[in-house]
Amino acid sequence: MIHPYKLNGYNIVLDVCSGSIHLVDEIAYDLIVGYEDTPRTELIAALAAKYADKTNPDELNEAYDQVTALKDAGKLFTPDNYEPMAGQLKAKTSGVIKALCLHVAHVCNLNCSYCFASQGKYHGDRAIMSFEVGKRALDFLVEHSGTRKNLEVDFFGGEPLMNFQVVKDLVAYARSIEQAAGKHFRFTLTTNGMLVDDEVIDFANRECHNVVLSLDGRKEIHDRFRVDYAGNGSWERIVPKFQRFVEARGGKGYYMRGTFTHANPDFLKDIQTMLDLGFTELSMEPVVCAPDDPSALTEADKPIVMQQYEELAKLMLERDREGRPFTFYHYMIDLTGGPCIYKRISGCGSGTEYMAVTPWGDLYPCHQFVGEEKFRLGDIWTGVTNHAIQDQFAACNVYAREECKSCWARLYCSGGCAANAYHATGKITGTYAYGCELFRKRMECALMLAAARQLKLEN
Amino acid sequence: MIQITTLETRNLCESAKNGGCGECQTSCQSACKTSCGIANQNCENK
Repeated sequence: MIHPYKLNGYNIVLDVCSGSIHLVDEIAYDLIVGYEDTPRTELIAALAAKYADKTNPDELNEAYDQVTALKDAGKLFTPDNYEPMAGQLKAKTSGVIKALCLHVAHVCNLNCSYCFASQGKYHGDRAIMSFEVGKRALDFLVEHSGTRKNLEVDFFGGEPLMNFQVVKDLVAYARSIEQAAGKHFRFTLTTNGMLVDDEVIDFANRECHNVVLSLDGRKEIHDRFRVDYAGNGSWERIVPKFQRFVEARGGKGYYMRGTFTHANPDFLKDIQTMLDLGFTELSMEPVVCAPDDPSALTEADKPIVMQQYEELAKLMLERDREGRPFTFYHYMIDLTGGPCIYKRISGCGSGTEYMAVTPWGDLYPCHQFVGEEKFRLGDIWTGVTNHAIQDQFAACNVYAREECKSCWARLYCSGGCAANAYHATGKITGTYAYGCELFRKRMECALMLAAARQLKLEN
Repeated sequence: MIQITTLETRNLCESAKNGGCGECQTSCQSACKTSCGIANQNCENK
């Protein structure tokens, strides 16, 4: 399977199953597109007629042979032989948990109406995780991590800084046990910024591998949703804190993470605002909410969003040329590295190697399923007891979804988000079609960007 | 001259040979939290 497309002046041919990428002129593009379905003599004749002023049958025959050589070398029209391997990685690492999302606070000091976690409460009661529950969660992770060395723990909420003392105590506990356990904890803190102060900054810069800072971009966009309980916008209060935070990180990982909604399908303006504020590691996510929610993206928004993704990729190339590069989370593609095929077909890992822990110690397949009682997997004292649900997540891979089998982007999303699929279709093995369309556009842009950058390095 | 430029990419078929170590990050954890993409993740073995 190939995916040919044209973007930003490039004719790009992706060989889906080998991961090979070819940049071609328009004649080669037509030749490759017609290669499999049109007999050689017919295809050459048609292209010789179409491009009579640019080429001739000899050149076309030479190019045809080149395409055949690429096919024989496993770089074009590579068949998908991966399906039998789909469950193997999960089977091999069955029972191994490598990451927990600790919901240290089901409370929040902001009241954002678009919050998938319903203002931090996850459709339940307000709650704070105790040190004892958090400590047991860390022990549970170590006990179930097998030979895995790097263990990842996210402090999430709600607003995790509303329980900062427990966060600090849990990190201290983790550091006290990791050497003897032969493990290394990598912590991430996701925060809305309201409680960021010098102590938080020092702590996070010392202990957190990554911080995710919530900012939606333009003040009027941010303050439309991200308000306190009195209805006051938070932009003015958090932006200076985030600027100090990022400056003090001294190059350590962070993402400025925004959400775009029906209110700002023109989200590139928000990315521009983030850049103007001095931030360079950016993520901008489509809102996750019910289709009848006023903030939900509509069909009319889609072409605007698609165009914004293209303009974003062009802006990144422009900023590269100016020596002012920036990162967009979804456009980070390492063509020569990146995940192996097992990772690409295994699904996201929710419910098997990654779980969320509620403030009272229940386990859920991921943070987005918290509050959906039927997805409760068990708890951190007795472990997973709901094997029926866990088996469903274990079987969730790219080949478990019929729509994915014919999608060219399947090895870049690994079948997509189980929670998005569930909320869109009622099944974790469904597909969230709107999200898939946006994802495919993002990958087209990301691949174009990576290709353009590689070409520039070669020249 | 008809142009076909093949970029340097990781060969996914070859990457099947070591069987996958599983050391890499889970997909949206530590980052976006609301959508699954694996293409932007690092291989811990590279």
